[in-house]
Amino acid sequence: MNKYTEDDLKKELETQEYEYGFYSELDSETFPKGLNESIIRAISKEKEEPKWMTEWRLDAFKIWQEMEEPEWANVHYKKPDFQAISYYSAPKKKEKLDSLDQVDAELLKMYAKLGISVNEQKRMNNVAMDIVVDSVSVATTFKKTLAEKGILFMPISEAIQEHPELVKKYLGTIVPKKDNFYAALNSAVFTDGSFCYIPKGVHCPMELSTYFRINEGGTGQFERTLLIADKGSYVSYLEGCTAPSRDENQLHAAVVELIALDDAEIKYSTVQNWYPGNSEGKGGVFNFVTKRALCEKNAKVSWTQVETGSAVTWKYPSCILKGDNSVGEFYSIAVTNNFQQADTGTKMIHLGKNTKSTIISKGVSAGKSQNSYRGLVQIGARAQNARNFTQCDSLLMGNECGAHTFPYIECKNNSAQLEHEATTSKIGEDQLFYCNQRGIDTEKAIALIVNGFSKEVLNKLPMEFAVEARKLLEISLEGSVG
Amino acid sequence: MELKEKLITSFFELENKGTIDLDSNIHQIRSKAFTDFETKGFPTKKNEEWKYTSLKSVLNQDYTVFPKGENVLELKEVRKYFIHEIDSYKIVFIDGIYSSFLSETTHDGMDICLMSSALKKPKYKIIIDHYFNTIANKNESITSLNTAFSNQGAYIHIPKNTIVPKPIQIIHFATKNDENLLLQPRNLIVVDENSHVQIIERHQSLSDEVVLSNSVTEIFANKKAIIDYYKIQNDTKNASLIDQTFVQQKDHSVVSVNTFSFGGKLTRNLLEFHQNGERIESNLNGITFINNKQHVDNHTLVKHNKPNCVSNELYKGIYADSATGVFNGKVIVDKIAQKTNAFQQNNNILIGKKASINSKPQLEIFADDVKCSHGCTIGQLDEMALFYMQQRGISKQEATGLLLYAFGNDVVEKIKIPELKSRITKLIAQKLGVKLGF
Repeated sequence: MNKYTEDDLKKELETQEYEYGFYSELDSETFPKGLNESIIRAISKEKEEPKWMTEWRLDAFKIWQEMEEPEWANVHYKKPDFQAISYYSAPKKKEKLDSLDQVDAELLKMYAKLGISVNEQKRMNNVAMDIVVDSVSVATTFKKTLAEKGILFMPISEAIQEHPELVKKYLGTIVPKKDNFYAALNSAVFTDGSFCYIPKGVHCPMELSTYFRINEGGTGQFERTLLIADKGSYVSYLEGCTAPSRDENQLHAAVVELIALDDAEIKYSTVQNWYPGNSEGKGGVFNFVTKRALCEKNAKVSWTQVETGSAVTWKYPSCILKGDNSVGEFYSIAVTNNFQQADTGTKMIHLGKNTKSTIISKGVSAGKSQNSYRGLVQIGARAQNARNFTQCDSLLMGNECGAHTFPYIECKNNSAQLEHEATTSKIGEDQLFYCNQRGIDTEKAIALIVNGFSKEVLNKLPMEFAVEARKLLEISLEGSVG
Repeated sequence: MELKEKLITSFFELENKGTIDLDSNIHQIRSKAFTDFETKGFPTKKNEEWKYTSLKSVLNQDYTVFPKGENVLELKEVRKYFIHEIDSYKIVFIDGIYSSFLSETTHDGMDICLMSSALKKPKYKIIIDHYFNTIANKNESITSLNTAFSNQGAYIHIPKNTIVPKPIQIIHFATKNDENLLLQPRNLIVVDENSHVQIIERHQSLSDEVVLSNSVTEIFANKKAIIDYYKIQNDTKNASLIDQTFVQQKDHSVVSVNTFSFGGKLTRNLLEFHQNGERIESNLNGITFINNKQHVDNHTLVKHNKPNCVSNELYKGIYADSATGVFNGKVIVDKIAQKTNAFQQNNNILIGKKASINSKPQLEIFADDVKCSHGCTIGQLDEMALFYMQQRGISKQEATGLLLYAFGNDVVEKIKIPELKSRITKLIAQKLGVKLGF
């Protein structure tokens, strides 16, 4: 038997194909390339938005024009040409759909390929789904069941029409228009996304989920998610993404805003699997995302992310722990391969008393990839008894990749307790040897070790997603995870 | 007049004074560094490396760049600032001017002397040309500023197979002046194969006048060299120090730099290690213990460029009152630096209500077969331990003192000169306001 070595694994990793790289022939409507005021007006008109929304977008566009693209991240890429992107692309619909049966057959086929059958999902899993293709939301399931509980779960474009008071009140409060370059861009051109409102004291009976898919070429995806958990409510939210294999770099610049009012709890899980580019580093999605949560008194927000895709990732899901006793958590696995670059981490801003945060970040780099953790833990002067625990571990495979950590710790209160630890290592030869001794072949042993390495994070994912995440790890590091 | 403009005119003054050789290689380096400083100016908080340290309060003063005349100090006035219990070589400067009276230099088998004379005399030219300004950070404008004015400082060259019999003390005194002083000492230390040296460096102001020292030290450890370097920073309340130390190591060398920051208005330590050989050991240790509105910024960089090297970094900080601290520890492991062991730890205790700390332990790793870790904690004294001690009749103040002393002890234990160790212990005890009977 040929011995399976790390070199073999490396080779497999390099040649591993992106499974979701197909392109579906959907009849779609795409705006001409370029960005200017009239495009924004056109998007707004297409969405039949009220005037305040149009104004809001134009204002964001003005801010964006004055901003410069950030360069501080530890990633290198050719900057996207913002005039060469089409800012709106939608699968063409003849009329508004009443039920899922009327969804385009091609679309359903595409979802079957992705492993998400909308119908099946409806029957089997207790998951409500919102599906976003290119720029617009195409299907939302379980709307009725949720409505009985008073839960609003719908595309944000609908929410702007139906619940303008809620959208107006919260949109842009957590991630302001001028927050950063991509957030401003998103505010100007976002076309769809999910909106969710959990009323007071309601425990959302099922997982809410959004599936994002970039299908058309030459487009960018700019979705906006707004999730409000009112006092004492609970919700678990899942997000997944894929894109076809293309030689060009596609831009994905999303904004996610979470608001957890007093005693509420939000669990937000992401499995990000945008097309990472081919083994020469050509193509792939630029994933520049702003995600932020606000925690009021006793609220809890937990971010869990599995990052396997995208050519370049730039993403820092954050928690503003404003209320006393609020809790923020961040669990992340970032796997990079070939020429992928990831600069990801979190920010925990402690403002209230007795606030707690936990950060567990695991990075696996293979091929020629660069994987960075960048995090900020900030303890404000009034944050008495704040507590933070941070752990970031990196695993390196091969000597052409890199793992970096850039933690910022700022403490202005003397009652705070902070711990930070980070390690970097490769799979130990002694660990492998130990497994081999016990009759476990090297491939399985590597699988075992990588699995164990990421277990702390995988365990935090909801059941349905844990399976998918495990599968994704397999794809990203095929041969290593069994 | 703004300080920057003043420095620009001062530079031309320096060129016209006739005390330095304008045609030498060194002066070319100076001119280049000067142009560099002129374009960049002083670092601001926008610079990532200076994010947490603002020089504003230090730079808005008016400084005298060239002190007027030689000041004389009686030995008994300053004896306490030396480690006087042991015999040592001494290189002493008063207001930036060499004091032959207080110094004890040598040319016997090794050169422990002055930068200014080394720059002039042809017999040192080979060493100077080979080493001077080769590892100093060219991106840091404040380092360039020092290079531009580099003329005075310590020059130490230890030849092959030499164990320097006694430690070397480099002390910079600032006396009571009517004007604010800007001192820019420049040190060059070259230790050749298989040699060993211990160096103690101190910047001391003798009054509460405003002093700013912008010091640069370049240390070269050749094969199998062993260097122990101690920095004592316990200055008066208006004295600020920007200290930059650059170390280059060759195969099998061991260099330890220990920094003890106990005072001064603003202290900024930049410490860079460049490992250019195999099986090197680099040790970076530090204790910061400050109060009032003092500020200490420890910036360290360890560059692992070759395989099989080790670096150990241990920085402890105690911040009382409204003191602010910064720790920035960067470890970069090159692609070829396999089998690197890099260890970094930063522990902080905030005792002051308004004290704050900004810490940024940073790892950049490009090789896979390495063991790198960093740890960082911020916390308080253990209430239970305090309570336990109070139960046994130890006053709260004393108990706090003992616990804080124990906290810093890991670093104190690393001091290899016993007299210096007891001196540092005393300094800590003094700061804690307790008697430590050991």
